[in-house]
Amino acid sequence: MRRERILDISFHVFNYTFFAIFALCCVYPFYYILINSVSDPIMVTKGIYLWPKGFNVTVYQEMLGQRSISVAFGVSLSRAVLGTILTVFSCALFSYIITKKEMPFRKTVYRFVVVTLYLNAGLIPWYLTMKMLGLKNSFLLYILPSVIVGFFVILMKTFIEQIPVALEEAAVVEGAGFFTIFAKIIFPVSLPIIATITVFNAVNQWNSWMDNLFLVNDPNLQTLQLTLLNFLKQSEALAQETTRRMMGNQSAGHQISPQNVKMAITMIVTAPILLIYPFMQKYFVKGIMLGAVKG
Amino acid sequence: MEAKAATGWSRGRKKKRKYSIKLLLMALPFIVAVFLFYYVPLFGWIYGFYDYKPGIPLAQSEFVGLKYLRIAFMEQGMDLVRVLKNSLVLSFLGILVSPAYVLFAILLNEMRGKWFRKWVQVTTTLPNFISWVLVYSVFYVFFAVSDGVVNNVLLKLEWLHNPFNFLGNSDIAWAFQTLVGLWKGLGWGAIIYLAAIAGIDQELYDAAKVDGSGRFRTIWHITVPGIMPTFIVLLLLNVSNMLNNGFEQFYVFYNALVADKLEVIDYYVYKIGLETNDFSYSTVLGMFKTVVSVTVLFSVNWIAKKVRGESII
Repeated sequence: MRRERILDISFHVFNYTFFAIFALCCVYPFYYILINSVSDPIMVTKGIYLWPKGFNVTVYQEMLGQRSISVAFGVSLSRAVLGTILTVFSCALFSYIITKKEMPFRKTVYRFVVVTLYLNAGLIPWYLTMKMLGLKNSFLLYILPSVIVGFFVILMKTFIEQIPVALEEAAVVEGAGFFTIFAKIIFPVSLPIIATITVFNAVNQWNSWMDNLFLVNDPNLQTLQLTLLNFLKQSEALAQETTRRMMGNQSAGHQISPQNVKMAITMIVTAPILLIYPFMQKYFVKGIMLGAVKG
Repeated sequence: MEAKAATGWSRGRKKKRKYSIKLLLMALPFIVAVFLFYYVPLFGWIYGFYDYKPGIPLAQSEFVGLKYLRIAFMEQGMDLVRVLKNSLVLSFLGILVSPAYVLFAILLNEMRGKWFRKWVQVTTTLPNFISWVLVYSVFYVFFAVSDGVVNNVLLKLEWLHNPFNFLGNSDIAWAFQTLVGLWKGLGWGAIIYLAAIAGIDQELYDAAKVDGSGRFRTIWHITVPGIMPTFIVLLLLNVSNMLNNGFEQFYVFYNALVADKLEVIDYYVYKIGLETNDFSYSTVLGMFKTVVSVTVLFSVNWIAKKVRGESII
C-alpha cells in the first residue's frame, strides 16, 4: 500500500513536470520574441530572458510605417476575411443544395467533390491551370480556388442532414422559399459547424504563402508570411542593408539590428493568431472531433 | 373528379421538376469551380508526355511518350533514389514517434487538475496553428548558429566551446526535422486520442476500480486497447502518406548544408519544375507521387476492410 502511494505520487510529479515543461516550450518562444522585440537593442545583445529591458517600440512604429509591411498586412487580412466569407458561404449553400432530395444526381455530385480530397495533380499541372485561368498575379488566386473545400462540404452536409426535417417543413407551410429557409433556418441552426469552418479557414488563409511564392510576384499582392520568409532568408549583409533602408530616418544613435526587425515582423505575423486563439480553441477542438468521426 | 386529381398530380410533378432544375442551376457554379480547380489540373498530366517548354504551346511541342518517365527512373535515377530515401526516412521517423501522441493523451488524461489540464491543451496546440514560416522564424531565433538563444546559453554555461549549427548540420537534419514536427503537432495530434479515451465505456473503468486494479494496469488493460483502433487507422493513413512530406516545412528549413538530407520529393518537384523550368519532367514526378499514394491508400484500405471489416476512408 505504501509503495503504491509513493508510486502514485511520483507518477503525478513526473506528469506535472513533463506537461509544465512541454507547455512552456510551446509558449515561451513567442514570449521571448515579444520581450526582445520591445527591448532596447543594446540590452538585447546581452541577453534578455524574462522581461523586457529598456522598453521601446520604435521598431514596431518603423515597421508598421513601412509601405511593404502595411500592404502585406492588408493583403493577408483581406484574403483571410474575403476568402473565409466566400468559402464558408459557398460550402454551406452547396452542402444544403446537395442534401435536397429534389437535387438531380446529388450522390454523384457529392462523390465528385469528396474525391478531390485524394486528387493531387501535382505542382506543375496546378501551376499551368491557374495561369491558364488568368489567376497569375491576381488577388483572386488567393480566394477562388478554395471556394469549395471537400472536407468542409463533408462536415456541413453531415451536419445539415441531422437537422430535423420538421423545422424546414414548418417554414414551407408558411410559404418560405429556398433562400429564406437557408438564411433563416439552416444557416442559424448550423452555426456551431459554421463557426468551426470559419475559424479553420481564416487561420489557413492567414498562414498561406505557397500560392504567393509560386504565382504572384506583384509586390502589391505580397502576403505577410512571404514577406517575413524573404526577410529571414536574406543573407546577413542584405538584411543589414534592408534594415538600414527601412530605418533610414532613424537617428544614428539608435541602432536597430536585422535581428530586431525579424522579431518584430514575426510578432506582427503571429499577433492575430495569438489574439483570436484562446477564444477559438474550442472550435478547433470541435473541428478535429467532427473530422475524426468521418475520418 | 379523377381527371382533376390527375392534372393536380401532373402540375405537382411539373413544379417539382422546375424546382429540381433550379437546384441544379444553383449548384452549377460550384460544380464548375470544383471541376476547374481540382479536375482540370489532372488533364495537365499530358504535359509529362510532351517536350513542353514554357511559352511554346502544347500543340507545337513534340510528343515524346515515356521519355521523361525513363529519365526519372534511369538517367536521373540516382537523384530520384536520394529524394525518395529522404522522403521515406522522414516519414518513417514520423511514424516511429507516433506513439508519443498516444502517450501524451494518456498522461494528460490522468491529470486531475482541471485548470492545469485546460492550460496544457491550449498552450500545446498553439504551434499547430502558426505557419511554417513562423515555425522557422522561432527555430531560427532559438537555434541559429550565431546569436541563437540555445547556443548563447550553452556557451555561457561553458557546456559548448564553439557554437553548434543545429539548422545546418546534415548529420542531425532528419532527427531535427522530426523534432520540429513533434513540437508543432504533438498537442494537436493528441486531441484525437483524448476523444477516443473519452469514448471508452466508463463502466470498464468502474469495474477495474472494484477489482482493485492500479493506475498502470488500468491504463494498460483498458485505455490502451480502447484507443488502439484509432491508432491503427491513423497509422495506416500515415503509411499511405509516406511520399507526401509536404513542401512548406522543407522549403523553409532548406539550406545548402542540409540540402542532401532535406530534399524530399515535394521539394524536388518544385525545384525541377519552377526553378529549372523543366515542366515535363516535374509533371511526371508529381504524377508518379500521386499514383503511388492513391494506390497505397486503396490497398491499405482494402486490407483494412478484409481484416477489420471496416474501411478507413
